[in-house]
Amino acid sequence: MIHYAKIISCYTADTSGVCSALYELGGMVVVHDASGCNSTYATHDEPRWYDMDSMIYISGLTEIDAVMGNDEKFIDDVCESAERLKPKFIAICGSPMPAMTGTDFDALAMIIESRCGIPTHAMHTNGMKSYLVGASQAFEMLAQNYCGKAGRAKTKPVVNILGATPLDLSRQQIVDSVWEWLERCGFEKGCCMAMGSRLEDYQSAGDADCNLVVSSSGLAAAKVLKEKFGTPYVVGLPFGKEYAEVLKGDIEKAIAEKADIISCAQRAENADGAKSVIVGESVYAGSLARAVQMQTGRPVRVIHTLDTDDELVAAVDKRLADEDKLEEEFSQCECVYADPLFKPIVSNEAEFTAIPHEAFSGRCFRKSIKNFVDRELEF
Amino acid sequence: MLKKAGGELTAPTGISIKDAQFPRPFDTGLEYSPPARGDWNIVHIGLLIPQSHQIYFCAQGCLRGVVQTTAEMDAMDRLSWAYLCDEDYADGSMEYNIIDSVAEVIKRMEQRPPCILVFLSCMHLFAGVDFDMIIEELESRFGGIDFVKCYMTPTMRFSGLAPVPTMYKQMFVPLRESEKDGGVNIIGYNWAIDEKCELSEIIKGAGVTLRQLPLFDKYEQYLDMAKSSVNITIIPEAASAAEDLEERLGQKHLYLPVSWDFEKIKDNYARLCSVLDIPLPDLSQREAEAKAALSRAAQKLDGRPVAVDFMAAHKPFEMCALLLENGINVKRIFIDLISGEDEQAFEFIKKNHPDFEIFPTVNSSMRFFASNCDTENEYLAIGQKAAYFCCTDYFVDLVGAKDMYGFDGIKKLAESIIDAAEDPKDRRTVIQHKGMGCQSCL
Repeated sequence: MIHYAKIISCYTADTSGVCSALYELGGMVVVHDASGCNSTYATHDEPRWYDMDSMIYISGLTEIDAVMGNDEKFIDDVCESAERLKPKFIAICGSPMPAMTGTDFDALAMIIESRCGIPTHAMHTNGMKSYLVGASQAFEMLAQNYCGKAGRAKTKPVVNILGATPLDLSRQQIVDSVWEWLERCGFEKGCCMAMGSRLEDYQSAGDADCNLVVSSSGLAAAKVLKEKFGTPYVVGLPFGKEYAEVLKGDIEKAIAEKADIISCAQRAENADGAKSVIVGESVYAGSLARAVQMQTGRPVRVIHTLDTDDELVAAVDKRLADEDKLEEEFSQCECVYADPLFKPIVSNEAEFTAIPHEAFSGRCFRKSIKNFVDRELEF
Repeated sequence: MLKKAGGELTAPTGISIKDAQFPRPFDTGLEYSPPARGDWNIVHIGLLIPQSHQIYFCAQGCLRGVVQTTAEMDAMDRLSWAYLCDEDYADGSMEYNIIDSVAEVIKRMEQRPPCILVFLSCMHLFAGVDFDMIIEELESRFGGIDFVKCYMTPTMRFSGLAPVPTMYKQMFVPLRESEKDGGVNIIGYNWAIDEKCELSEIIKGAGVTLRQLPLFDKYEQYLDMAKSSVNITIIPEAASAAEDLEERLGQKHLYLPVSWDFEKIKDNYARLCSVLDIPLPDLSQREAEAKAALSRAAQKLDGRPVAVDFMAAHKPFEMCALLLENGINVKRIFIDLISGEDEQAFEFIKKNHPDFEIFPTVNSSMRFFASNCDTENEYLAIGQKAAYFCCTDYFVDLVGAKDMYGFDGIKKLAESIIDAAEDPKDRRTVIQHKGMGCQSCL
């Protein structure tokens, strides 16, 4: 099976997803790789790299260590740095070469934890999956290992945010806008996975009344928290004025009925065969599609270009990842909302609206990423 | 203001040169990536071939860096890719997947390029992919296109030729046997040598055609490099390219390394003139100008501490020795591995300036070096990493000794130091620009 592209960009990979998800929590993330991964992530995928210290490293894997199965060097190097830097936890990630040589990361995590006494988690990445897979694993790990109930006193329903990384939301200001909107809606601020919160904040994550999932990478963690604490979840981003109001109602309903609501995918009405499409990550694109549809009356479908759960895909949507299939689909559209690096395969006849996505175009258009939270949409 | 993301800080410290071992002053371990991005990678280098197209085959994680490098250069029309999935590397289909992907990419092109660089990854080499068969098949299907075997194999960086020297070598493979016209190429250097540099002047003064790849915009100009009789290299990474061309095309290899030592510079020019069979011109005026510029720089700095990093120039210890000997207070260097060519200068500084400090750049503690810096703008830095780690906006924005060769180069370095001391730069923006001298959409 070949997946090729003549001209468009590619999404960042699972290792970057792990690093992005765990960046702010005081842990140490080690990608077992030669080089490149760290520089690529730090340069193109991580807007916080210059301003916020985080222990994201690579192991500097060599051919001879890979061939000879010299895992001891990896273990020694991780333990040496961990003992010196004292992270709150350690996450170790696989890359393509360890995947080929069959490195057992679960075993490595156990050995490292037993040697240096710091909780160590194996992330089953291989550099061949999308960032959402890696971030999802990382958030799930956090939900399983670091989320608890603290009996928090509350005067209003508490809402957590799950699945926030700069790869989808770009900057803290956008997450802060979601918090401000929640507070305007009458909810109390919980914790965020994982922008703007500390690891300690997760000790009371189970006290929340609802989890708001803002990207598909947060869904697995929401399910863990549902199982652990019975917390219902709502999936969506409060984009546009009208859809933000609907999402508020969905959160209230989820709390009242203890029901999970995939709000961003509730887009069946009038959109079948729509000539306008929004391209990208399921929750962001789905929420934006609802917001555009409600604000303009124009029916919109979503083209899911990344791995996604069935429940996030509306009946009118399509899943397409390869360039030639996308180009064919775009040729039938009158309006395409997508990252600017998709533009070369959109026909000149179609109206193109740029929606830069950090996970696709990195820092190229970072300055023009818009904040759509609870406001009239302007493109 | 920097914000720390948890973790107990361990203040990173360097070592005095008197305690440093050659060639590795520091133990290896987990590696950090400081946000100084001016160095060139294989994408930048490959794009020097005019009108060429690059196609990468690798895992998504590896692909991301090369694709984003190209996107920032606004050159996505010159790069294509195919990614490997879990199921691809074990089913014996790799060769035909690559051939079919290249064929599909070519089919979608409005105009066929004269040259396609096909990059395979560590995974392909581990899986024993038959790269020769791939290239032969592509050449048989697509006559008129030069297909070049290229490698993105960081795992093999210590196994034989490293990725960048390999890139320099492979990028000249399309040059074919041709009648010689006595010209001279400078190869394996990412920028053109300045016309005012003695190196250019001596060659042109001898009535010889000087060919430099970064100046070309037509593939034919690149192919004409086969007509030259001599290939000059100025950095060791280009040696294998020149040796290969000497063997294949009979072009003499002349290694005239970047140097910060007046005697070695003179020796370079003497060897050049010998090969060109011309008398060595009087360069004393150039030498005097360089020394005068260094004196002005020392006066301007007036004892201000200076830091240098390894990415700024080849033989950074030699550069430090030159500056120290000319009254400039170089106090520290940021370097992980010292090259054999720099050993003499390393030993000189060790003997004469035993308290000179050496710091690593990739050691895991260096993550916290800049955020612990309490000497904001105190240092004058030469190089982007030195600027970052020393938290100074007063820096010479220098990577790979760009535009600095010979006496002319030393004069430019001194003048750049004076400029840097007078005019602070937007450090954060400047050092994060990828590939010094390349176009950027940022």
